[in-house]
Amino acid sequence: MNRKILLSTLGLVVLACVPVLIGWVNPGGSRYYLHLAIQMLLWAQIYTAWSLMGRFGLTSLGHGAFTGIGAYATVLLWNQLGLTPLLGIPIAVALAVVAALLVGYPCFLQRIKGHYFALMTMAMVEFVRLCIVGWRGVTGGSLGTQPTRHGDGVSLYAVQFEPNRVLSYFIVLALWAGTLYVWSRVDRSMDRLALDALGQDEEAAAAAGVDVTREKLKITAISAALCALGGALFAQYQMYVSPETIAGLGISLNIVFGAIAGGMGVLLGPTVGAVFTQLLSEGLRVTMQSSQVLSALFGTRALALDMLVYGVLLVLFIIYMPKGILGTLLDRFARKRSA
Amino acid sequence: MLAVRGLTKSFGGFAAVSNVSFDVREGEIMGLIGPNGSGKSTTFSCIAGFYTPTAGSVTFDGRDITGLGAQSICHAGIGRTFQIPRPFAKLTVLENVALAAWFGQDRKTSRDKCWRQAAEALELVGLPTDPHSTTEGMGAAALKKLELARAIASQPRLLLADESLNGLDPSEMNQAAAMLDTIRKERGITIIWVEHIMGVLMRVVDRVVVLDHGEVIYDGDPAGSQADPNVIAVYLGREAAKEAAQ
Repeated sequence: MNRKILLSTLGLVVLACVPVLIGWVNPGGSRYYLHLAIQMLLWAQIYTAWSLMGRFGLTSLGHGAFTGIGAYATVLLWNQLGLTPLLGIPIAVALAVVAALLVGYPCFLQRIKGHYFALMTMAMVEFVRLCIVGWRGVTGGSLGTQPTRHGDGVSLYAVQFEPNRVLSYFIVLALWAGTLYVWSRVDRSMDRLALDALGQDEEAAAAAGVDVTREKLKITAISAALCALGGALFAQYQMYVSPETIAGLGISLNIVFGAIAGGMGVLLGPTVGAVFTQLLSEGLRVTMQSSQVLSALFGTRALALDMLVYGVLLVLFIIYMPKGILGTLLDRFARKRSA
Repeated sequence: MLAVRGLTKSFGGFAAVSNVSFDVREGEIMGLIGPNGSGKSTTFSCIAGFYTPTAGSVTFDGRDITGLGAQSICHAGIGRTFQIPRPFAKLTVLENVALAAWFGQDRKTSRDKCWRQAAEALELVGLPTDPHSTTEGMGAAALKKLELARAIASQPRLLLADESLNGLDPSEMNQAAAMLDTIRKERGITIIWVEHIMGVLMRVVDRVVVLDHGEVIYDGDPAGSQADPNVIAVYLGREAAKEAAQ
């Protein structure tokens, strides 16, 4: 236990030094590299929030709806009603939880599981996306919209911190660390036993006295709330929301891919997944943009090639590395130790 | 303690159980027996909250528990085992049992107490209480013990044991039967034992209820059942056929 606390403190200290390290190693590109680190942490937080329920066999393809609700509700409350995100973000999180319960309760009550549950959640995320696109006058439709700037620089009242990258980094780092803390709390709770049990056999869990519907609703609500929080901060950092970047099935699928690639069963798995996917998409983007051959062959369409690579990798991961990068590495390590 | 009245369960047009009534008295071990397809598992599932009866009622300690969900039945004080053990593979042996101690009791107790109760339940059935041992590689007999430990950990007043002897060798059967007796003596738990292997059962139970084609054909002491013409017709008819074949 003490070793764990020591390790996590050490890890956080190292991560807190990242802005300094980046400035030291590469002063010219520090804004870009910090941006990359912030993106990784933001997605790591969202992937972790998804895995909170995903690892118990509750595979949702609908978390793009929660990030979307978090982002859009925050931005729209600010733009349309002038409500500070300090209040807007909690409201957005509450809305996401309500959406999660509205979809989750009937599903869990009717024992809708596996593929059918995935389809239900997919319908939810499409519904949210269509609402955003259809309500064009307010949301900006598929083009998206921007939060109205409050002054030029950093503002606490408007929760606008993006001009200061180092500050942004620390805000996002805190959110990520908080989500990991929630994970470890869940892990140590008795509810984790119930969730592991019902993930395998709902009938037997019920026979042991577990209220299956309630346990599932609890973890779904926590997961949705944290995703919405991530979505809201994503919007405040990007200063832009659109269905394509934060709300929709594409986002849902990215979350699922990232979490599976990293390993959703272990604490830092989703984070490893986020680092991996961000490096992959950035790497592919840079290579493809700078490659004469590819742009000659496909023109600007080459930019969409990274999605293709994503898809192929997802299939490969599910077949050959179902435990993800970190999960597989930890397994190997454990086996070596015991051998 | 438990009163089953006019219990009927139909699947489509087929009545698996029709108009079954019996009582279970506090402190006894009652055998619920009958040949395959006689409706004992359906009766069991109706009491345990896995099926909603088509008609009839189940009353536990004066409280109507007909049609309650499995977890509510567990909270009411009725534990169950599964015929084919269903351990939770992702949990350790101790966690499997602690889960039932935490969630299975009507009133929440402290966490420490639940872990202690889990260890006690494991000790009672003779499984190791070591927190690291997993369910991987456990044999049939050990898994059945785990089922029992999990049921006991929820501190039930009535235990429904489903075909506990299936798949055990003779010495394991005797052990398992003796264990049910111990559970009753040490914990004061009333037991309904559903079984189709009769030999060992008869030595332990206080009373048997015999089902055939979904109906009660005998309710009384074990010795009497072996002399009852109806029971002999149902059971010994098959036994004799078996002997002739050998």
